[in-house]
Order: sequence, then C-alpha cells, then structure tokens
Amino acid sequence: MVNGQSTTPAIAVDNLRFNYGAKQVLHDISLDIQSREITAFIGPSGCGKSTLLRCFNRINDRIPSAKVIGGAIRVAGIDIARPDLDLQMLRRRVGMVFQKWNPFPKSIYDNIAYGLRIHGEKDSKAIDERVEYCLRRVALWDDVKDRLKTSAFGLSGGQQQRLCIARTIATKPDIILMDEPCSALDPLSTLKVEELLLELKQEYTIVIVTHNLAQASRCSDKTAFFYLGKLIEHGTTQKMFSNPSVRQTEQYVSGAFG
Amino acid sequence: MENPEQLIRKGVHHERLKEGLVKTLLGGLTWGVVLVALLIFGRICWDGLPVLIKPEAPFVDIAFLTERTQTLHVFDDAAGSRHSLPADQYHAWVEKNGSDAVFNETSYSYSGGGIAGPIVGTALLTLLSTVLALFFGVAAAIYLSEYAKQGKFIQWVRLAILNLAGVPSIVFGLFGFAVFVLAAPVFTDMPSDRTLLAIPLGFTYFSFQGWNSSLIAGSATLACMILPVIITASEESLKAVPQGFREASLALGATRWHTIRKCVLPFALPGILTSSVLSLARAAGETAPIMFTAAVAAKDTMPWEGEGGFLGTFQSQVQALPYHIYTLAARIPTSDYTQRAQYGSVFVFLLMIFLFSTVSIVLRNRVRAKLKW
Repeated sequence: MVNGQSTTPAIAVDNLRFNYGAKQVLHDISLDIQSREITAFIGPSGCGKSTLLRCFNRINDRIPSAKVIGGAIRVAGIDIARPDLDLQMLRRRVGMVFQKWNPFPKSIYDNIAYGLRIHGEKDSKAIDERVEYCLRRVALWDDVKDRLKTSAFGLSGGQQQRLCIARTIATKPDIILMDEPCSALDPLSTLKVEELLLELKQEYTIVIVTHNLAQASRCSDKTAFFYLGKLIEHGTTQKMFSNPSVRQTEQYVSGAFG
Repeated sequence: MENPEQLIRKGVHHERLKEGLVKTLLGGLTWGVVLVALLIFGRICWDGLPVLIKPEAPFVDIAFLTERTQTLHVFDDAAGSRHSLPADQYHAWVEKNGSDAVFNETSYSYSGGGIAGPIVGTALLTLLSTVLALFFGVAAAIYLSEYAKQGKFIQWVRLAILNLAGVPSIVFGLFGFAVFVLAAPVFTDMPSDRTLLAIPLGFTYFSFQGWNSSLIAGSATLACMILPVIITASEESLKAVPQGFREASLALGATRWHTIRKCVLPFALPGILTSSVLSLARAAGETAPIMFTAAVAAKDTMPWEGEGGFLGTFQSQVQALPYHIYTLAARIPTSDYTQRAQYGSVFVFLLMIFLFSTVSIVLRNRVRAKLKW
C-alpha cells in the first residue's frame, strides 16, 4: 500500500463465505479493491454488501452469530483473520464511516481528538493541528472554528456526517469504508460529501456502499454489484453502467428491480 | 348530511356524567394519598421541628445534632422544682448538691443529650454501602451487558439478580450475620477460637473468623441488599447508550475496555446515579440488615475514636438513626420525656435522607451537564 503503482491490491477478498448463525449471507465472494480508487458496492437491500464492508475492519466480530466460514480477506496482503493480527491497528488503518452519523456527545474538538488520544497522542499542539487539518479537509473548518468546544450535536445532519469523516481521517487510515454515508442526507449535503470523496481519493482508498445508483455512477471508479449474497459483476463504473456483461446488472442499473 | 339534528343530544347526558364520575374518583384517590402523606410529614414536622428549632439565635438546637446520646434523669430537688438532665449534667448536679437532694428520680435510657452518634453512623453506613454497591454493581452490569455472551444462562443470572431485589431485608440481615459477621476472612496474627478455617501464611494467618458486628459488615450487608437494583438499573442505562457510539469508537481502533470507559460509561453515568439515589435512601432507611451486623443502641465514642485509627473505624460498631428510632420507640417506656429524642430523631432522619437525595441529584445533574448532547 506504499503507492498507487503497487501490485498488491488494498483489499483482496478470496472466496469469502460468511454466515449469520446458520444462514449464509455471502457466497464465495472474490474481489480485488485497488489503492486510491473509489469502489462502490451496489445492490438491493439484504444483498450482503454492507456485511462484506463490515468484514473489512472486522467490526462484524461484535455480532456473536457472525462467522466467516471460508475464504480470506487480505488487507495489503495481510490475512486479517490471523490470530496474531493487531485488531486495533487494523481498524486504525481501515477507517469506517457509518450510515447514521454518530458523533460522540462531546464537543466538536473532542470528537476528532478522540481517535488521536486512543493512539497515545498527548501533545495538545499536535492534536490542535490535526483537528484543524481534518476539519479543513472536510470543509467544516470555516463553519465551526469559533465553536470547537460546543456540542457536535448542534451541527446539521450533513455537517455531523462530515465531522464523522473528519474523525475517521484523523487517525490517518489508508482505507476508508463508508456504509451508505449519504442515505439520510438531503441532496445538497450529499453533493458536498461526494465532492469530498473525490478529493479524498487522492490519498485514500475508499469503499462506499450505496443505494443511490446516480451517486455510484457519479463518483466511483469501480462498481461491484451484489445480489442475494453473491457478487454478480465487478468492473469499471463506466462499463457497469453503460455496458454490463450480466443481464441482472443491466436490469438493476436501469431500475428494473431493486 | 341527512338528519343533522342527530348531532344535538336530547335529554340527560349520561356519557358526560360517567366521565365526570371517573375523573372525580381517580382525583379523589390521588388526593387521598397525598393527604395521608401530608398528614404523616406534618405530624413529624409538628413534633420534630420544636426539638430542633429554637426561638433564639442560632435558631437550631446544635447540641441535639452534635452531642452524644445519654440517659435522661428526671427528678425533683428539695425545693420541689422538677429537673430533667442528661447523665453528665445529672452527675455534676448530684456531686454539687449531694444525692440526698434528689427526689422521685426516674431515668430514661437514650433520651438525653443529642443524636450525633446515630447521625454519624447512618452517614457512614450509607456512604460506604453505596460506594461498595456501585463498585460491584457497575462492574457486574458492565460484564453482563458488554462482555458476557448473551444466552440462556445469562438470562437466568439476570432473572436471579432481579429476584434478589424482592428478598426481605431481614433475610439480608441474617445472611450478613452468617457471612460477614461470622465467616468473612481476615488477616490476623491470632485466629480467634471460633474461626472456621485459619490458613497459616508464615508471617500471619488468613482466618475465616468474620468481621464481627462492625461498620464494614453492616455496609457490606446493606450493599448486598441494594446491589440488585443497582445492577439492573446500571445495565439498563448501559443498554440505552446507542450502539453507534460503540461501533464508532471500535472502528477508530479503540479497545473494548477503552470504548466502555470513554464512550459508554460516561453516557450511562447519569442513569446509574439516578438509580443509586433511590438505593441510597433505602440503604439509609433499613433497620433489619444492620440490626445484627453493625448497629448498637448505645455507644459513648464516635466510630473513629476507638483503637486502630482509620482502619479501626471500619471495625467498630456504630449507632444508626433507624435503629435508634426503633430502640426509642420499642425498647424503652414512652413518656413525655422521651418524646424529644423520638420525634427529634425521626425529623432529623427525614432531613438527612432529603439531604442525601438532593446531593445525589445535584451530582447527577452536574455529570449530565458535562455531556454535550
């Protein structure tokens, strides 16, 4: 993951099979995600795209019945199921933004400083700088610079979601996973987040789950279409939306179902 | 619309009568309850206030709050005027005037002096038991809601804890007596004769001989009694913290414990404190659990004045307001002279619980204000 030319994909999924209890929700998924690209996961509800995304930082470990029953996921070539994996470090390098914005009930400043403090940053000047950098990065700085110490809950929904993105990039991840980050936002806020994604692409590998097909076509480089727990098709966004090779993909992107 | 005159009611309005009746009945019952409560509090204030309040400055009978409990001696002097003096003043009087000058002397136990001992005892018991119960209760709640694998067994554990809340306090008293007073382990150089098991450690013994009747045994018993409520309420408060906070924290690379400490517990704390306010008042008010485990009717010294200094405080028996009230009401003959101690104690007790609750509510509000919702 040193640079874009690296041949190792940022995330490599190899024949992944995944269960919730006795129900298999992912069937033999194989997929490579390249560095410094935006990959969009599309598909109807319940197709397993969010589940797959949540496997990448192993946040699914929280669900007792969730279990990988076969295959592997490699992040920068490292199998993340290894028993000697540093889970905290994995999650630090693979950040996540959630569907429902979830800032902590703390000040705007503390929300971003939280991740830095977890990882042992004590120098308040360094934290100040990082907070400012991250807020500038998500184009929030001018709006909030005078009220950094006020509650994050005082921001609008779109601002809160951008704050969550800022919080995620504060710990300098390589990969950012986004689980329907705009599904609860108004069109204007959505546009702002999309602009932000295109800018973040310069530095980060982004995987975004979305129900908004227009969004996927607007901002992603690659698109993967999932249906009933299977990866139906994966390719460049342009090809997926204009000339898909599988009939189901064509039906879905043209709005025939889903 | 056909027949619009249907909208106009003719004759007696039965529905409205019924509504009025129900409203009056429910209101009457509610105000009846309020009236009974007011009568009880009014009676306590009516009889208790004169004990505590004095017409001249400083308007509060400080001696009643700061002096120790003594026997009250009532007698006539040679001139036929009646005196009622607490024991130390009585002995001074006798020394001065000679015992021949005392006529018709009667004494009333625990009725003279003040109630400093019970006040201090209740404060210590309440504080210590709440601290113990919060420590164990919050720890158990965290385990049950955050770490334990949710399954049948944990459900049973939860049900058992819930049922424990309904166990009568006297049962906790006997349990505390059997476990903390008689069997809990201590480090001692000389195991007592009634020790259940003494394990020699070379330099000292680890002896299961109990903590005797003491502040720590009483507090531990009270803590057991309020634990179920604290565990259950703490677990509810922890569960009320949105899952999103936990996921966000974990996704940033925090460990589970760090997440709980920084992202779950602070937000659950106001709820936990609310439940402990109720438990605190209950711990302060119970008589049965401390009867065999901590309380004495009469004690000349404050808990910290015995041997052993600071640690000795925990090992000493204490007086306690509810037990003091029980003693005054049930174990000595009632007369005009005992009323002062009785109503005064009850009134002070109510004030104290009111004070405890107020302090905890203020504390909770401050914790809540720190969060930026």
